[in-house]
Amino acid sequence: MATISTSARLGPAGTANAGVARRARGRLAGQIVRTLASALIALLFFLPILWWGLNSIRTTTEIFALPPRFPFDATLDWYRVVLGNADPNPQGGAAGAGSGITKFFSLPYLGNSFLIGGASTLLVLLLATPAAYALSRFRLRRRKDIAFWILSQRMLPPVAAAYPLQVMFQRFGWTDTYHGLILVHTAINAPLAVLLLLSFFDEVPRELDDAAMIDGASRFGAFREVILHYVRGGLMATAVLAFIFSWNEFLLVLVLTTGKIQTVPYASSTFTTNFATEWGYLAALGTASVVPIFVFILLVQRHLVRGLTLGAVK
Amino acid sequence: MANVDRISGLERAGDRRGAMRRPVAPTARRALGWDGPLVWLLPVVFLLLLLGIYPFVFNIWNSFREFDPMTGTVEPVGWANWARLFSDDRVVNALKITGLYVGFALVIEATLGLGIAMLLNTGPWGAGLWQSLLILPMVVPPTVAGVMFEVFQNADFGVISWLLYEANILGKAEPLIGGTGQHALKAVILPDVWQWTPFFVLILLAGLKALPTEPLEAAQVDGASARQRFLHITLPMLRPMIAVAVLFRLVDLLKVFDYVYVMTNGGPGVNTEVLSFYAYQRSFQTIEWGYGSVLGIVILLLAIVAANVYVRVFKVEW
Repeated sequence: MATISTSARLGPAGTANAGVARRARGRLAGQIVRTLASALIALLFFLPILWWGLNSIRTTTEIFALPPRFPFDATLDWYRVVLGNADPNPQGGAAGAGSGITKFFSLPYLGNSFLIGGASTLLVLLLATPAAYALSRFRLRRRKDIAFWILSQRMLPPVAAAYPLQVMFQRFGWTDTYHGLILVHTAINAPLAVLLLLSFFDEVPRELDDAAMIDGASRFGAFREVILHYVRGGLMATAVLAFIFSWNEFLLVLVLTTGKIQTVPYASSTFTTNFATEWGYLAALGTASVVPIFVFILLVQRHLVRGLTLGAVK
Repeated sequence: MANVDRISGLERAGDRRGAMRRPVAPTARRALGWDGPLVWLLPVVFLLLLLGIYPFVFNIWNSFREFDPMTGTVEPVGWANWARLFSDDRVVNALKITGLYVGFALVIEATLGLGIAMLLNTGPWGAGLWQSLLILPMVVPPTVAGVMFEVFQNADFGVISWLLYEANILGKAEPLIGGTGQHALKAVILPDVWQWTPFFVLILLAGLKALPTEPLEAAQVDGASARQRFLHITLPMLRPMIAVAVLFRLVDLLKVFDYVYVMTNGGPGVNTEVLSFYAYQRSFQTIEWGYGSVLGIVILLLAIVAANVYVRVFKVEW
């Protein structure tokens, strides 16, 4: 390989140019193939959500039509009820499925999910980033044990943790409080955040800290002004994951509240009874909650671009 | 400011004598100030102790008690719950099902995730959009995802079942969910793969982006093939991120509950009864709290053993 390209470079100018043009065409073709493959995979993963989104504007008969019909009878009734607090059983179109559920208005629950998810994500980053930095940078004899202990805090299944936490919350008076749920979700996500960020910090050469401190920065200054910039991608990935895990958490919200502070998964669970599942309402709530997150992820996307080149430090 | 710091820092990065000349702070200040690890670690450790220790201790204590339906009270029973563990056939079954579930889901998700992350890292047009779309499955609450896939895989009106019938891959006599349960585990793993492959994509893509480019460029100049570059440079450099992602998925998979709960209730029979679901049944359906605690601790121990084995076998460096 190396010899061929070397001889091409050394050969007559015309041959070299033809080679360059051929390689450029090859690169373009490769780029198109890669783009198509990426699009195909992304759409495959997106398909169930798209399906779900379409269900949120379909009438009950359309939802169950197989093969699915296009075009179909569209309706916004599900949204009117879930987001607009309209009467859940209007005449015609999107009447309920006969589950006996009367309450579908979920706008406040969306707000709860965003508040708890956002606050716990911020708190997770605030607590976990310094901890990960310390584990990465200070010479700790028991580094491995500490890391493993932190990981182990995520191992007890929620089924086993739920009841004791409920008792504890009652004793603290934290039942039905935002700060209680935020703290629990922070604790659930802190282990992932610490270990994930630890592996990102480990990729940043220690020489950068030393250099900053030689230049007069304190340990904290080196961390904040220099090293944090190198783990931007890691911070973003961690934030997205922490938010998502908080957003999805169901069992603990169920047992640590008495229904006063509901989140999206909690509200979704009330749309199914032993008699029937309210597909239309479920789809509307699901879609309404996915759209803002999609926009959020799209916006923070750019922080995942290649940061500063670490290899610059030799 | 930050920029100036960084640039001047880079110039003098190699000056090791300077690093050694740094004055050593008094021990007490080192321990309690920013120069020691305590301040950095304590907040997170405190939070985890506060919310982690009590549930753990409670479950150990509770495993030596049992709810008595005759009197309606909880009585100490000594080691009875633990003895029961070793004569319970359903535990053996649940261990087998959990092993299959975790093994298949982990291998499929990690492999797919790495492949997709590598593809997106080559910089196709619209990479940001594809990546954002790929992350979305994670945002669907697992209970809802379970319901969604239950609909897609429904034997009568599910679109996935319908496609499989049309392609003659699946007979209507033995549907995905239901029947004798031959395909039930696959049906439950499918939403798991759909939701958590993106977990690997997100972490590994962030990891790939953070890798220095110089070693790859140097290898290319030296004539290494794409395969060689992947096996000998990208993969080793990416290992810490792969390790963390696999470890967390492993720990979470051992606790898997939602899909089974929503889609199959452990059935048909005990075909999809994972350990966590069995623990739930004992705790909340047959109201055997003590035995449920025993099963909860078993999952914890299993996770500790599995994580330790993983760390040893793959020589994870922390």
